[in-house]
Amino acid sequence: MIEHLPVLLVVVPIIGGAVPLVASLYTDRAGWPIAVLTMAGHATLVGLLAEQVWSDGVVSYAVGGFALPYGIELVVDGLSLSVVALISAISLGVLAYARHAGPHENTFYSQFLLLVTGLTGMTVTGDVFNLYVFLEITGLAAYGLVASGRAASAAVAALKYLIIGTVGASLYLLGVGYALAATGTLNMADMSAKLATVGYDSTLVLTAFGLMVGGLTVKVALFPLHTWQPDAYANSPDSVSAFISALVSTVSAYALARLLFSVFTVNFLTAVPAARWALIAVASVSIVAGSALAVAQSNVQRMLAYSSVSQFGLVIVGFTIATPIAVVGATVHLVGHAVMKGGLFAASGIIERETGADTVGGYAGMGSRTPIAAGAFTVLALGMVGVPPAIGFVGKWYILVGAVEAEIWPVVAVVLLSTLLTLAYFARLGERLYFAEPTIREEAAVADGGESVSTGMLAVVVIAAILAVALTAAVPAVEQLLNETLPLLIQ
Amino acid sequence: MTVDVLQLDLLTSRYNYYAVVLLLGIGLYMLIESPNLVKKVIGMNIFQTGIFLFFITLAYRTGANPPVVTKGGGPYVSPLPHVLILTAIVVGVSLTAVALALIVRIYSEYGTLDEDTLEELYYD
Repeated sequence: MIEHLPVLLVVVPIIGGAVPLVASLYTDRAGWPIAVLTMAGHATLVGLLAEQVWSDGVVSYAVGGFALPYGIELVVDGLSLSVVALISAISLGVLAYARHAGPHENTFYSQFLLLVTGLTGMTVTGDVFNLYVFLEITGLAAYGLVASGRAASAAVAALKYLIIGTVGASLYLLGVGYALAATGTLNMADMSAKLATVGYDSTLVLTAFGLMVGGLTVKVALFPLHTWQPDAYANSPDSVSAFISALVSTVSAYALARLLFSVFTVNFLTAVPAARWALIAVASVSIVAGSALAVAQSNVQRMLAYSSVSQFGLVIVGFTIATPIAVVGATVHLVGHAVMKGGLFAASGIIERETGADTVGGYAGMGSRTPIAAGAFTVLALGMVGVPPAIGFVGKWYILVGAVEAEIWPVVAVVLLSTLLTLAYFARLGERLYFAEPTIREEAAVADGGESVSTGMLAVVVIAAILAVALTAAVPAVEQLLNETLPLLIQ
Repeated sequence: MTVDVLQLDLLTSRYNYYAVVLLLGIGLYMLIESPNLVKKVIGMNIFQTGIFLFFITLAYRTGANPPVVTKGGGPYVSPLPHVLILTAIVVGVSLTAVALALIVRIYSEYGTLDEDTLEELYYD
């Protein structure tokens, strides 16, 4: 049993996801308990795996017993374990939020668990084609979840997301084809060894890199391929936007890092500086453009979505600089951003339910009407700006130090500029929340909104705010974990 | 002159790749340019078909047998890309199904499949 842990991590949510559909024959309210049970199982498995990874370093599993490198391999190391733990924790948080906030239908929970399956699979797989399959499972579940919003615009946003997301995944698949032609293998470890023999400057290898990385940047939503994201986040139900904003782009960025370090390796980045500079350039443009677009938004959830475009630019820059300190920074920011952005979306959902405010103007004077949600929102926003001691500060600081050490001065300037812009849009909100006269009358809000907020929803937001600060204590552990699992970095 | 002959040979023997490039180009163009949502989804399918053909062409080997062991000795064509594409086709069908379901909902809500009209209604 214990040796099957990696595959169970994927199998448990997929079986759990099928159960609510069968249960629909009897009741339409069975989804929530089933999802909670499944995710509790998932979390237990992660705990058991953590123990194994802690003692053995890397856990490898051959699916179906087919000999490696021909069969599909699942690999759990320090980096993937942290991401799987993040998936488990955020899913449980979102479930606590969704119990009251809804959607309540069984189909929602089926899609929810399917999304967990896809995300977990993307994280633990050691096979580039298998990654494509899980990428599409993640995509399909996410499109369905976005469309579960009651407004008609949710379907338009979901279709837009589907079309752009499919092109991204298809480009990735095409890249896998080129890599297969160059090396004849799909296993990541095997491919990385064979790519070195083929030669990093071979046209096939370069095309494979461009297509695979290009495809994943669509999923990560870097500028200018981010256009699906604001609509998808702003039109889906609050539980969904908190879940998707926290995890989908995060796991895609993790997959991109996996591709950079485990398949192409830093030797490729040093051998082909043009590829490295191109990625750094795209990510840097994304940092500035995302922040600038966020400043221009009046809808709070769209602002948060554009903020993600910028923050993921930062994460990818950190990974591409590829010095140990920059990679630690990028990983810390990846995890920290997931917690903070999920919390911000959840808090904005509560504020909208309690006061009816969903625009920057509408937030005026709401600090006293929803003290807990507004307080948590402010803490999370300051964390995102990078005010110490929040986790957002540590991630940005490490990336910045990495850029200075690597002497990439334009990136240093971009990171500092983006921090200022982040401060610009979040400080504006904080100022409105606490120091402006309300523009929405209280009676109007009650008549208009009237949707209640549960203790569970508030607890999720408060815990996210506490974690945004408390996680800073875990940074040394992450640093140690990464130094063991990714020894091959640009020194 | 031998170089020229070689290239001509390349040009005439690799016609599968022309089909791949054509399908990818046509698919992507339809996907971006057509204002009709259903045609966008058809474009998406054509784009994916181009990728499928690319993989199948990768597996081909001149003079090789089908990868069924009872059919005598090798060399065999590579069975791996066929299996991959079988999976990718399933993924493609699921995506098309979800896309069409969304289009049905959009049509019943807005009464149009035209992207430009939809854009106007959407931002109202």
